[in-house]
Amino acid sequence: MFDWAQKLADWLVYGVFAVQAGSKLGDALTFFFYDTIKIFLLLLVIIFVITYVRSFFPPEKTREILSRKKGNTFLGHIFAALLGIVTPFCSCSAVPLFIGFVEAGIPLGVTFSYLIAAPMVNEVALALLYGMFGLKIALIYLVSGEIIAIVSGIIIGRLRMEKYVEGYVYEMGSNNAAFDIPEPTTKERLADSQAFTRDLLKKIWLYVVIGIGIGAVMHGWVPAGALAKYAGANNPFAVFVAVAIGIPLYSNAAGVIPLVSELTRAGVAMGTSLAFMMSVTALSIPEMIILRQVLKPTLLAVFISIVGCGILFTGYLFNYLL
Amino acid sequence: MQIKILGQGCSKCAELYKEVVKADQELHSGAEIVKVETMKDIVSYGVMRTPALVIDGEVKVVGKVPTIEEIKGLIKAATK
Repeated sequence: MFDWAQKLADWLVYGVFAVQAGSKLGDALTFFFYDTIKIFLLLLVIIFVITYVRSFFPPEKTREILSRKKGNTFLGHIFAALLGIVTPFCSCSAVPLFIGFVEAGIPLGVTFSYLIAAPMVNEVALALLYGMFGLKIALIYLVSGEIIAIVSGIIIGRLRMEKYVEGYVYEMGSNNAAFDIPEPTTKERLADSQAFTRDLLKKIWLYVVIGIGIGAVMHGWVPAGALAKYAGANNPFAVFVAVAIGIPLYSNAAGVIPLVSELTRAGVAMGTSLAFMMSVTALSIPEMIILRQVLKPTLLAVFISIVGCGILFTGYLFNYLL
Repeated sequence: MQIKILGQGCSKCAELYKEVVKADQELHSGAEIVKVETMKDIVSYGVMRTPALVIDGEVKVVGKVPTIEEIKGLIKAATK
């Protein structure tokens, strides 16, 4: 699909810049140009399409669907995790969303299934995984993310942690405040998607370029398999370390992922890489601080531990399988 | 007229506030523009996505920064 981009990159580097063919510099530069073209096109198309699809699933609608399935039913968790993919989510709105869900009578566990899936299975991560590793790995990421969200939500529901939600959440009475905004027209949806895509790319482009840049340097100078003895499937601590490094990297998710494909080529096991990406997207310090407004420390710690264990398990599982 | 901007100080909330002030000046509507930043007040409107725009107690926009033309349209519609 991207043969033309490879030709363009080759032409630029070897034709225009006259870099010697087969040199390390040439390898790094063609990698850089090829990946930049490919990744930005993928981001552009996928973010736009997903934003458009998401405009049909506002959280108000998601809340209504979920509140109709009262009780901690298995189906409720599945719905919550699936809706997490299509509902627009920004960690800055996590608190009003949480309060809105809980007040509508959605069980705490189901709310968590949603809250875990929404940031982890995100469009930037999926677009980049598809571009760097292909459909299979992107699907593995999507399915394992969903399963982690469903299982973690069920566990949190079973633990009956309602008393560890800050008391004021139950006293808001936001339930009665309904508002009626007309459904957007197709034209408005397209315009909104375009604006969102532009804003998001503006926010992340530099991180993506830096990520590709580091990847390009590795591509030229770090031989394939060089990291295998440190972070290959044989090192039982690699997944653990990868998850620990991933948690504080939230704001740079977009920049981290292009780099991961090079880490994999250099010998980091696939399961370790997937666990790393999941911890970057699903567990982030800024989001924890935001969620602390509605969750008491005990529940926050339970949430982090359960999701963290789910990610570790996924990492080890795919190190074993792939 | 009273216009409220709902949001806990996110960058988009600041952007919406700026756009509303601009729209208000261009239309000379002289509306009172208020930032609503406490979670209890934000949630009391039933809003789950910020920033949100409320004109005279009615929620008009949630979860995005509309263009200045859209904001002007909403202000005009509310003045009638």
